[in-house]
Amino acid sequence: MANRPKKSAFFRRLLALCRKESVQIIRDPTSILIAVVLPLLLMLIFAFGINLDSSLIKVGLVAEDSGVEVQRLAASFVGSPYLQVITGARPEMELALRNGRIRGIIVIGNDFTDKLERFGDSASVQVITDGAEPNTANFVEAYARGAWQVWQKERAAARGLPERPEIGLESRFWYNPSALSRNYIIPGSITLIMTVIGALLTSLVIAREWERGTMEALLSTAMTRSELLLSKLIPYYFLGIISESICIAFATFVLHVPFRGPLLATWLVSSFFLFSALGLGLLLSTATRNQFNAAQGALNAAFLPSMMLSGLLYAINSMPVAIRVATYLIPARYFVDSILTLFQAGYVPKLFWLDVAFLAGSSVFFLGLTAVQTRRRLD
Amino acid sequence: MAVVTLQELTKEFPGNGHPALAALTAQINAGVITGLVGPDGAGKTTLMRLIAGLLTPTSGKIEVDGRDPIRDATELQDFIGYMPQRFGLYEDLTVGENLGLYADLRGVLGKEREETFERLLKFTDLAQFTGRLAGKLSGGMKQKLGLACALLGHPKLLLLDEPGVGVDPISRRELWRMVQDLIEQGIAVMWSTAYLDEAELCGEVLLLNEGKLLFAGEPSELTGRVKERSLQVRNISGNRRQLLARALKRQEIMDGVIQGRNVRLLLQEDAKAPSAEELSAGADAEVAPVKPRFEDAFIDILGGGPGGDSALAASLDKMAGHGETVIQAEHLTKKFGDFAATDDVTFKVARGEIFGLLGPNGAGKSTTFKMMCGLLKPTSGTAHVMGIDLKRSASDARQHLGYMAQKFSLYGNLTVGQNLDFFSGVYGLKGKKRQEMVSEMVEIFSLKSYNDSTADTLPLGFKQRLALACAVMHRPDILFLDEPTSGVDPVTRREFWTHINGVVEKGVTVLVTTHFMDEAEYCDRMALVFRGRLIAVGTPDDLKESAATDEQPDPTMEDAFIELIRRNRG
Repeated sequence: MANRPKKSAFFRRLLALCRKESVQIIRDPTSILIAVVLPLLLMLIFAFGINLDSSLIKVGLVAEDSGVEVQRLAASFVGSPYLQVITGARPEMELALRNGRIRGIIVIGNDFTDKLERFGDSASVQVITDGAEPNTANFVEAYARGAWQVWQKERAAARGLPERPEIGLESRFWYNPSALSRNYIIPGSITLIMTVIGALLTSLVIAREWERGTMEALLSTAMTRSELLLSKLIPYYFLGIISESICIAFATFVLHVPFRGPLLATWLVSSFFLFSALGLGLLLSTATRNQFNAAQGALNAAFLPSMMLSGLLYAINSMPVAIRVATYLIPARYFVDSILTLFQAGYVPKLFWLDVAFLAGSSVFFLGLTAVQTRRRLD
Repeated sequence: MAVVTLQELTKEFPGNGHPALAALTAQINAGVITGLVGPDGAGKTTLMRLIAGLLTPTSGKIEVDGRDPIRDATELQDFIGYMPQRFGLYEDLTVGENLGLYADLRGVLGKEREETFERLLKFTDLAQFTGRLAGKLSGGMKQKLGLACALLGHPKLLLLDEPGVGVDPISRRELWRMVQDLIEQGIAVMWSTAYLDEAELCGEVLLLNEGKLLFAGEPSELTGRVKERSLQVRNISGNRRQLLARALKRQEIMDGVIQGRNVRLLLQEDAKAPSAEELSAGADAEVAPVKPRFEDAFIDILGGGPGGDSALAASLDKMAGHGETVIQAEHLTKKFGDFAATDDVTFKVARGEIFGLLGPNGAGKSTTFKMMCGLLKPTSGTAHVMGIDLKRSASDARQHLGYMAQKFSLYGNLTVGQNLDFFSGVYGLKGKKRQEMVSEMVEIFSLKSYNDSTADTLPLGFKQRLALACAVMHRPDILFLDEPTSGVDPVTRREFWTHINGVVEKGVTVLVTTHFMDEAEYCDRMALVFRGRLIAVGTPDDLKESAATDEQPDPTMEDAFIELIRRNRG
């Protein structure tokens, strides 16, 4: 019985603080902006602004030979849906490549027809690419190879040769059959949005309480440490979940990104990610007590790692070992992993629970550290 | 009855030179307003926070109601009502929501809650504003709301940190009366302030300076120490500033200030008052004893004011053109949305005059100021400086201006030398002239020993010197001073005004804003600013005389201000 009044006081104060926080969120246009407008904007940018599929690359074609087969081959390049071909003399094309007007040069040498007739299929085409942009260079190479294969097939058919059993490579993309990068980047961007809400927005609001002196007034009441922390966690947790729901709805219904995973699992893993982001945000604002520093901290400690080291934009496998090890410490890594799986493949228990376990661990770590750092005093 | 006892209380913050509080022993009693008095950095806020249990003492002991504020924090939470210095309430919540939040946090519920709200809203006169956002309240109403929130749950000890700051004089009086009511109910109140005139009204005071307790007791006891040492020289013929400078050179004079058209002097202990003749104050002049003020006693404890000579003024040549109009504002208006921060303001200032804009925070002083410097564009009306229209060629006009902003806008992490060097460059000084000026400033203001210290680490007085040096280095015709001495100790303020009085004698014109009623008396002429408008313009004495009533034949500046606001409202 002795505990009863204490417990009810806890809930009363917590409720009062949560109510106050929610009213502030609703009245502050910037928090709505960050929670609703920014995510949609970010999704649109990712959907239409950033496209990792390179389409219609401009290349130069230098045909030094004018044989019939050369013309057919040239037509095959021009006909490729991925290449935009301009033709011209070699020096002209080299200049264009140097000036960045084209991304590669395909050279059909003046001995092409001779070689083709004399030695059969061993005639070759030279592909020069702009190695300064390796990603695009790879595309040029692959698309040129594709066009080359199309020509060979047509040539074989024209000459009435039987389909030779060839050892060919046939790729098939599972989970994202058309290998659309949008299906990958949009779910991934949810990570960034949750980071912004969890770490950035939260760190700003607490730092603001310190700056405006309202924290000092709160501390002089009977409010406990856990009430303070929970009153910041709960409203922003809901804000984050609402924002995520809007994102998922927008992604599936408007952008037509397939969503396979069960909602329950998505909610579970998102909650843990949000907790760890909120924990980091709380920790930063508690440590800095200043909006500017908190924002800087959140940007460097949460937002940039989520973007660079989560595997969202840059493949973790191709990172140097030291950085690859560091990615294991980034909660966003696990969230990107699981949200991508949930969107594209659905619920894969083994992967899912591993991610959840790591995220739960980091939530406990950050929230625990915040609880330790939070003082009921000013010094 | 002692509610709080302090024993050898010390608080140090790492990295700071002197302790924020040094071995403080005092007690705070119920049923009386205890004034916690001292300039900025004296340790007032630190002491309040220590008592509220928000800071831990480095050493020494605090007992509040016989308990320890840190160890027994939970039990003491209902005992203490604390109102922090910065408006500690949520500006984006309404008056009612703020009250509700603190009522929930303090456990004021049910029937008691309704009664308390009703009582407090009536007490603070905020009942009609419960639905208004706290951020939209005036300075005075904010403080009242803060007080109401601190009063929830019947605290026995009320800690009010500078409640009088940013509040117009009428609200300040109301606030004071409200607190007076509270002590009659047996509550102990601590009221911290940098205004020394407020200190005189307190039942007891703790006078702090740089962390040290200089005095504890009744204010009359302190002013009693300088009994019969305060004089006023009246009916002066000739220049009162030169008279002050002469007087301060005399052995028997400890301190002196301009007071409207008179000069106020403080004698050394056991010294004989000089005659009007000895002061060459003119044939009609008289030297009359006056009631000592708290400030006189404070100066006495600090060992007297600085001398009356300004090395800065001595380095200046006398400027020509005495009496011509150099600053002119005509129907100046600045609107932010539909709110007029400055509303149809017209005034003229002649060369060699000190013109003051006196008013509470938020009255529109700074907005007017910024328009006069060409930093803000007026919505309508014109501003001229040295005959130059600020709308057309603000940068030409600024070359004639020296500007010293509130809280000395220095670069805190640059050294004294670097600050001087930077500002000399900003004002367009070049080559040899620049070096000469910088070394002259170092000489005049004795900054040499601090040349390599960063501005942040300077003692307050030296910060002020450096700020002034940066503002006058390019030999401006006009000085704009925005709250130049708010929160500094009286000795530092005296030193500042000695320089200002000196340069004005050489023909420099000064435009100054202040919310210190006392400081207004240094001005030749002044304007009272209230809610964006100039409600009266004149010499300090004229303004006081015009506000005299039968009940108050000899009003103070604050009385005059209140009376003129009242008349203005009709």
